[in-house]
Amino acid sequence: MIPLKVNGTAHTLDVEPQTPLLYVLSDDLGLNGPKFGCGLAQCGSCTVIVNGRAIRSCSVPVGSVANAEITTLDGLGTPENPHPIQKAFIDEQAAQCGFCLSGVVLTAKAFLDQNPRANEEQIRQAMSGVLCRCFTHTRMLRAIGRYAAERRNA
Amino acid sequence: MKTPTMTSDAIAALAREGVSRRAFLKGSGALIVGFSVAGAAGRLGLTPEEAFAQAAADPNIQLDSWIAIQADGTVTAYSGKCELGQGQFMVQSQLVAEELCVPLDRVRLTQCVTGVTPNQGTTSGAGSHFANFNRAGLALAAATARQTLVGLASTSLGVPAADLTARDGAVFVTSDTSRSVSYAELIGGRTFQVPLDKAAVRRHPREWAVLGKPIGRVDLPDMVTARLQYVHNLRVPGMLHGRPVRPPSVGATLVSVDESSIKDLPGIVKVVTRKNYVGVVAQKPWQAIQAAEKLRVNWSAGSPLPSQAAYYDHMRTQPSRDTIVVDSGDVPEKLAAAATTMRATYRYPFQMHGSIGSSCAVADVQNGKATIWAASQNVYGLRGASATLLGVPPETIQVIFTRGSGCYGINGADAVAFDAALLSQEVGQPVRVQLSRKDEMAWENYGLAFVIDQQIGLDAQGNIVAWDYEGWSASRGGRPGNRPGNVASGFHMGFEPAPFQPRTPSPAPTEFLTDNNAAPAYMVGRVGSHEPGGAGLVASERVLSHRIESPFFNGPLRAPEQLQNTFAHESFMDEVAARVKADPVAYRLRHLRDPRLMGVVSAAAKGFGWDARPSPRPGNRQRGVVNGRGFACVARDEGNGWVAMAADVDVNQDNGQVVVKRLVIACDAGPVSNPDGIRNQLEGAALHGISRTLTEEVTWDSNKVTAFDWRTYRTLSLGTTMPKVETILMDKPDEQATGAGEMSITIVAAALGNAIFDATGVRLRQVPFTPERVRAELLASSD
Repeated sequence: MIPLKVNGTAHTLDVEPQTPLLYVLSDDLGLNGPKFGCGLAQCGSCTVIVNGRAIRSCSVPVGSVANAEITTLDGLGTPENPHPIQKAFIDEQAAQCGFCLSGVVLTAKAFLDQNPRANEEQIRQAMSGVLCRCFTHTRMLRAIGRYAAERRNA
Repeated sequence: MKTPTMTSDAIAALAREGVSRRAFLKGSGALIVGFSVAGAAGRLGLTPEEAFAQAAADPNIQLDSWIAIQADGTVTAYSGKCELGQGQFMVQSQLVAEELCVPLDRVRLTQCVTGVTPNQGTTSGAGSHFANFNRAGLALAAATARQTLVGLASTSLGVPAADLTARDGAVFVTSDTSRSVSYAELIGGRTFQVPLDKAAVRRHPREWAVLGKPIGRVDLPDMVTARLQYVHNLRVPGMLHGRPVRPPSVGATLVSVDESSIKDLPGIVKVVTRKNYVGVVAQKPWQAIQAAEKLRVNWSAGSPLPSQAAYYDHMRTQPSRDTIVVDSGDVPEKLAAAATTMRATYRYPFQMHGSIGSSCAVADVQNGKATIWAASQNVYGLRGASATLLGVPPETIQVIFTRGSGCYGINGADAVAFDAALLSQEVGQPVRVQLSRKDEMAWENYGLAFVIDQQIGLDAQGNIVAWDYEGWSASRGGRPGNRPGNVASGFHMGFEPAPFQPRTPSPAPTEFLTDNNAAPAYMVGRVGSHEPGGAGLVASERVLSHRIESPFFNGPLRAPEQLQNTFAHESFMDEVAARVKADPVAYRLRHLRDPRLMGVVSAAAKGFGWDARPSPRPGNRQRGVVNGRGFACVARDEGNGWVAMAADVDVNQDNGQVVVKRLVIACDAGPVSNPDGIRNQLEGAALHGISRTLTEEVTWDSNKVTAFDWRTYRTLSLGTTMPKVETILMDKPDEQATGAGEMSITIVAAALGNAIFDATGVRLRQVPFTPERVRAELLASSD
């Protein structure tokens, strides 16, 4: 049995400890946010935040994150009350198919939480392992920049 | 168009959508616009009980409706075109609200469910028309409904219809807006079935109140908060997880499967084989993945692939299916008489759709019925192909479009639906399949490889007097339609792709069709005694295309063939302009006659601040970083959009790195349905084009594809320095809307190649422009 704390809710799950976290989140807990993109930690679609750091849940055994604080895109905000970074994406209309959003939003959020004064170039560097095949890059970086500025001025 | 009958599955699907058709009929009244003409007049104004009795008694009532307005004023619209990430859901909702004159938030759109929505073929068929797809369907249905309601209001208010105005879900007396009646009041408890009126008057773009506005996508808040359910998120009761085991090489056939090799693994439900197909079904996804990896399967060696290094030459030697697009008959003599001739060859590789999410589908095949949830662009086509695959009548299958990862043409959405359907049929339980990254990439339907020979003749003044195009492209399979064998999974299951039929020589053309822009815009395009169909002035013209059989599955990757052809045309035009020392923009305009193409060329040049001069840029050094600008344009196919682009590019001559700094795009897509939506598409497609131009290429060795993940098939990440993209929209309210999602990507490769030439004086004639290739060409030119 593995204890997991996901989006503020505690669960105890009967799963193989070697199972990648992604499958537990999407199949056992039914969360929509983290998605299988490559299974190789190359694209970012499965990203979740664990203890404040963005990680690729397709490549992390669930046993290694027992008791950690896990946040998925589902847990950040709601359509009625989106998290400020989610609101920035809505304001900038920064999506097309939206499949990659867990990687884009959560990687940016975790980075800015730790580096609130990061400049544009540093943000871009932080996003260098994240892929979007609709190439909504420009709008996404604008949304992240907007969130970063609001965060600094808050 | 064959319309589906209303099946019990359809009713079930309607119920799932919360819009039961029978509830319309039994409940509180509705106005329904559809194709059913027979008896429709007789149904007008029936009581709900009468209508329901008639519907129940009449097995011929067709479920083909486009739109239904319920008595509470809610509008349900049915569309056979789906959301792929391009904003279709939003713009179709706007379309309904606009034509019906209701607030946007009253519109509920149901997209692509067989037996429920009309069969509109492939969503991006006919050249990815963006908003015009429904000018004969959804828009006319909404206009019919509005017209009907205005007619009812005329009776109710005792005022001629001409003196009434529809607005915000009500009909007002134009001269006295205190007198009005709402749609809900007009419908009351009654049910109206109205045949679609092809002559219904649509609202003119100049009157648009909802369309034409940069309204944010209604689905985006759900997407960014993970409330939107993709097919990847779908979970149905009793669902198992499947995983195919694809062959290790192209053409390998199944010899044997050793099931004992996974007997100790947990959760295994079944190992399925059919012909050359192998798959496993397990209780949990991770169990299925491990089982597929560990299952020992013996395969035959397969068939050798042609050498990649020599592939473009190989293409010229194969049996081909030939098409003469246009031939004025005088090209050889005009070339012979020309003051100067020029020739060049351009090469474009196989490329992937490469969806960010590997494809996924869920199928439930049991008790003589099947339901398939898939992100296919064509639910009716998938239903037909699945019927062939499963050996059941199509009407026992329902395909429900469920959103997936952006596909840009045909990714693995159809292929994986066959995996799920077969595995579910074998276990008699619902099965979800999501492909591995490798199975997605090594077996998808790649965009076509091309090699193109161009030749022109110039007169003494440097004008092009003759143009000859001869191209070879490789293709196999494609969208499934009714052929499961057009994609890898169905082929492995024992179905053949559409047969390749060589044809030499080509029959003469009977009308001018550009054949996906095989004909350059600069040609007159004269076929027989028809009015010339081309956009240009070059009257001595020949275009000959050879299609050969590809070793891989292929399909319509974004701007299919148009991109490859346009790369060759617009690069060549730039070479010719440089040869005669003309400004590339002025030289293009000198050979064009289509005002819409000339309009976007001028607008992009102006927006960019184009300084008229020949390329290459004078004074650039031969080392270090140099800067250049390039231009390209296209009239897409036959009247499907006009676009031009100017690119500002840095080239590092020491390492071959190309950095795009700024793009200015001018686009004429007719009336603009949603300015922000079209800009989003123009921007995304431009950057997609940069990635395809600079890095993307399918690679292979002697028997298998060697590009199967994001390390072996490169794409530009969010960390890449991307250009500032400026978009200029030529709003044309009096024209028809055209496609926009493929517009800017068509011209990126040429614009970048031309900018690299401007910066360095070196011409790149083969995509991708990798640093290695750029560096090699620079070195070759300095020898």
